[in-house]
Amino acid sequence: MKKVLFSILIAICCALQAEGRVMHVGSAQAFKSVSAAVADALSGDTILVDYGVYHEGNLVIDKSVTLRGVGLPVIDGEHKFENVSIKADGVVLDGFKICNSGISGIIDFAGIKIYNRHYVSVKNNVIEDCFFGIYSQYCINCTIKNNRLAAHQQHEQQSGNGIHCWKSDSMQIIGNNISGHRDGIYFEFVTNSVIWRNVSEKNMRYGLHFMFSNSDTYASNVFENNGAGVAVMFSNHVKMFHNYFKENWGDGAYGILLKEISDSYIDGNVFERNTSGIFIEGASRIEMYRNSFKDNGWALKIQASCMDITLRDNNFCGNTFDVGTNGSLVLNNFDHNYWDKYEGYDLDRNRVGDIPYRPVSMYSKIVEKYPPAMILFRSLITSLMDKSEKVVPSLTPENLKDNHPLMFKVPL
Amino acid sequence: MRKILKYILLDILRNKIVLAYTLFLLAITFTVFGLEDSTQKGLLSLLNLILFIVPLVCIIFATIYIYNSAEFIELLVSQPLKRKNIWLSLFGGLAGALSFAFIIGAGLPVLFFERSATGLMMVLMGVLISVIFVAIAMLAAVSTRDKAKGIGLAILLWLYFSLMFDGLVLFILFQFADYPLERLMVGISALNPVDLARILILLKMDVSALMGYTGAIFKDFFGTDKGSFISVLVMLLWIFLPFMYSLRKFKRKDL
Repeated sequence: MKKVLFSILIAICCALQAEGRVMHVGSAQAFKSVSAAVADALSGDTILVDYGVYHEGNLVIDKSVTLRGVGLPVIDGEHKFENVSIKADGVVLDGFKICNSGISGIIDFAGIKIYNRHYVSVKNNVIEDCFFGIYSQYCINCTIKNNRLAAHQQHEQQSGNGIHCWKSDSMQIIGNNISGHRDGIYFEFVTNSVIWRNVSEKNMRYGLHFMFSNSDTYASNVFENNGAGVAVMFSNHVKMFHNYFKENWGDGAYGILLKEISDSYIDGNVFERNTSGIFIEGASRIEMYRNSFKDNGWALKIQASCMDITLRDNNFCGNTFDVGTNGSLVLNNFDHNYWDKYEGYDLDRNRVGDIPYRPVSMYSKIVEKYPPAMILFRSLITSLMDKSEKVVPSLTPENLKDNHPLMFKVPL
Repeated sequence: MRKILKYILLDILRNKIVLAYTLFLLAITFTVFGLEDSTQKGLLSLLNLILFIVPLVCIIFATIYIYNSAEFIELLVSQPLKRKNIWLSLFGGLAGALSFAFIIGAGLPVLFFERSATGLMMVLMGVLISVIFVAIAMLAAVSTRDKAKGIGLAILLWLYFSLMFDGLVLFILFQFADYPLERLMVGISALNPVDLARILILLKMDVSALMGYTGAIFKDFFGTDKGSFISVLVMLLWIFLPFMYSLRKFKRKDL
């Protein structure tokens, strides 16, 4: 019964929307400013905005209207205001250029801020030099799609996050391009949401910052050249599929930093040229299948506080160190991966190596314990030690090994 | 002096071993760059070559050469020539010929495949290492009259610089793990030209981020112009001091 009522309601909404007026804003039109048009509009109206530069101060949209820009009209915040505040359900904001929001240490000014709403859609906008780009708080079922966000601040304090979601649910963040912000995409207390096909690059801190957000999926995103890579912390049931983590290079930069994560999947991702591909701490029940680790400093840094992590069918190629760890306790499973440093043989030709592979080298263990030992990086003595340790393991964790290493790369 | 230098230089360049060394370097460099899919990786493999093979060949060849030309040296000493000039031209000939062999064998191919600051640094370090180990070889050769002993000493010195020194460093690190040793490590690295060359090349190779906090401190020091200048100066000192010491010994030596 409820479902029927709901669909009828939606049908009525659609009908109303179709019957709404179309209003024009522009220098040659009836309305000279967007705020005047919004003031005159009723819920369900469509407002078409011609190209021009609009100084609206703080534009508040408190009716369920569709705002559509024609030829990318500019809404300028003059470095003082929050450009657009959305305070009604079902608002559509499409095709605007929003620039120069205020910057403040007290108020979180944003290019577009959505306050406690449902079904808001923000798409095809260009957001430039705003403090926060698109900010959603207490929102449900909103879509943020195909926006370009760019900021050019030099300091973390003067820059907010690109797409910032706080206490929201069922958000769809799709196809956005974010650069130059503090964090590209920021999720805190956001549940059941999807982050799909975004490009987050050259942000000052994290490409994606993810805290206390359960049951979310992020797939097919590119995180490249961010100050500290991607951080996913204190969450469970997170799914990370087919993302690219590239060029997060620098001291303290990680492809992904996982902290206190449980019941999650990391499948089909590519980690390329990161200082550490994945850093895992305090995580449990994570399945990592079919990822590719290429040319990283450390492919995987897995702390002894992790348990029940399963790695299978991953490719490790050209990494300086395959796995680093800090203790001797190993409660994880490393079987059935391809390691390019594996020197074993396969007598029975079943494409699985006959002797186990130990991905933790002695030198990486020493460096973990005595960081200044990095001075001996690539010296003769360390390679000799690694070789002898491989024959008779003494310092490296006894159980950290791949019992069935693959002889050939997993085709991905 | 110029005449002696010219004679020694030509004599060494005609030497079959130097020719073989040059061809060996050439072969290795081309294989490395041909096999690895990226030149960056090729450079990393070449790093080992420069840090182990070049010092070994230089020190052994120079030591043997000096012992073999003992009679020639005696002949020169009997002439109205300054001992300083004789020794200096011997050093100049050896260092010049071996650096030349390195430049032809490894330097030009590296610059051909990887014309970057890293490649340039690698060639510079290779040449410096060649010259440094010739100077050390001369010190080894002048210390003892017995050829076998001298060559043994040379091999021991090579072993010390490429292996034992690092072992000692590791030992110090383990013993004093509770103290902040990063800054001290910068100083200690100056005590071994091979380490110094390795760090300078690695820092140019953009792997410094890998090296964590230690790497950051190294980069702060070696990465700056002042740091590079000082470290090259230290390497020049590594040429100057062993040579001057060997010269002093040679001058007082009863041949």
